[in-house]
Amino acid sequence: MIDSIPELLEGLAVTAQLVAFALALGFCLAIPLALLRTSRHLALWMPVYIFIFVFRGTPLLVQIFIVYYGLGQSEAVRESFLWPFFKEAYWCAIFTFTLNTSAYTAEILRGAIQAVPYGEIEAARAIGMGRLLVLRRIVVPRAFRLALPAYGNEIILMLKGSALASTITLLDLTGVARVIVSRTFAPYELFLMAALMYLILTLIIVRALKYAEWRLSPHLRPPSQNV
Amino acid sequence: MLDLHGYWPLLVDGAWLTLKVALASVVLGLVFGLLGATAKLSRSIILRGIATGYTAVVRGLPELLLLLIIFYGGTLLVQDVWSGLGGESYIDIPPFVAGTFTLAFVFGAYATEVFRGAIMAVPKGQVEAAYAVGMGRFQVFRRVLLPQVWRFALPGLGNLWLVLLKDTSLISVVNLNELMYNSRAAAGKTHEPFTFFFIAGLIYLAFTIVSMMVLQYSERRARRGVRAM
Repeated sequence: MIDSIPELLEGLAVTAQLVAFALALGFCLAIPLALLRTSRHLALWMPVYIFIFVFRGTPLLVQIFIVYYGLGQSEAVRESFLWPFFKEAYWCAIFTFTLNTSAYTAEILRGAIQAVPYGEIEAARAIGMGRLLVLRRIVVPRAFRLALPAYGNEIILMLKGSALASTITLLDLTGVARVIVSRTFAPYELFLMAALMYLILTLIIVRALKYAEWRLSPHLRPPSQNV
Repeated sequence: MLDLHGYWPLLVDGAWLTLKVALASVVLGLVFGLLGATAKLSRSIILRGIATGYTAVVRGLPELLLLLIIFYGGTLLVQDVWSGLGGESYIDIPPFVAGTFTLAFVFGAYATEVFRGAIMAVPKGQVEAAYAVGMGRFQVFRRVLLPQVWRFALPGLGNLWLVLLKDTSLISVVNLNELMYNSRAAAGKTHEPFTFFFIAGLIYLAFTIVSMMVLQYSERRARRGVRAM
């Protein structure tokens, strides 16, 4: 069991990479999606609404299978310049995770944007800020703080969801554990070791989020802690 | 595109089994959740500790890994205990049981938090008043707590149900022939993976939509008689 630790750590690195990539890309994608989703024009919010609904309403496993196994079915995809990209399980996983997390994140951000007190927006308008300036200075920073707890949950869910990468042959933490188990048939030790690594990673993320929440809410701290 | 080469019945069978797993899991999961919440709110440190450990571990682990642990590790554990007791024959945990148990275990951990919040949301004075008019513990639970906990917990439980419905697809990994497993089989036979996974996706989406409608109806029903804000 001890000699499988280096291999498991390699898997852990793959897991961390997948999650970090997907979260970063997904977040960038989620901001415009959330803004479109709050739009008043049907042509703008409807497509985003459908995108979010479909990604939240189907299992991640189905999504990842459609991308990895499914896209190759079409001749058009296989002959296009995108094929080298969709041929690799690694990029398929990142692609799917990114779209999936962006759908959830967009919904979280939408809630946060709509929770920004309207008086603050009115006040910003009243002192002559333009639409973009209001967005950049008032709405987005406020929404980030409001979204943080829910987004923290999404980070953990993405970490847990990343285990599905092992179903499309990727050697992430779960994947490595499965491979070693099939070689040694020692399911207790290997799976529990992998579980421990996931728990430690979760613990670190939860800690980091607590710290971020603390940093971002100086106005809620008692004065003594502000030193 | 919708020529499924006669694989419709296979998908329908799979969808039916998916539904059965989901329903069995939610029933067992609600029991876990109620037990968990009761333990978390109890006065005993040991019970609180167990419940806290349960929710922390389950919420920090991938469902897929938990399923593998329970399916492979659990089979081995049962086997070891069985031979330790002097049993000779080989014991297998069927995928349906392992899958249902795993999903219920996960559902229960999240439901524990939902129920805990809902129980705490019932004003304490009402419980005291019920005791004061001479109701017993069970009567207080059934007449005062339950109708209100139900209403407070419903939105949270509804979300968990939607998550559970999607998580059933994971059981295909341990070879239970539910919707996802059957779609894979059909995709392998016909070499048309996109078609079958797409249809599977649509079926899950349909389940989600129907569930949302039922949930909306039951939330409205649970809210009847409550003054609107």
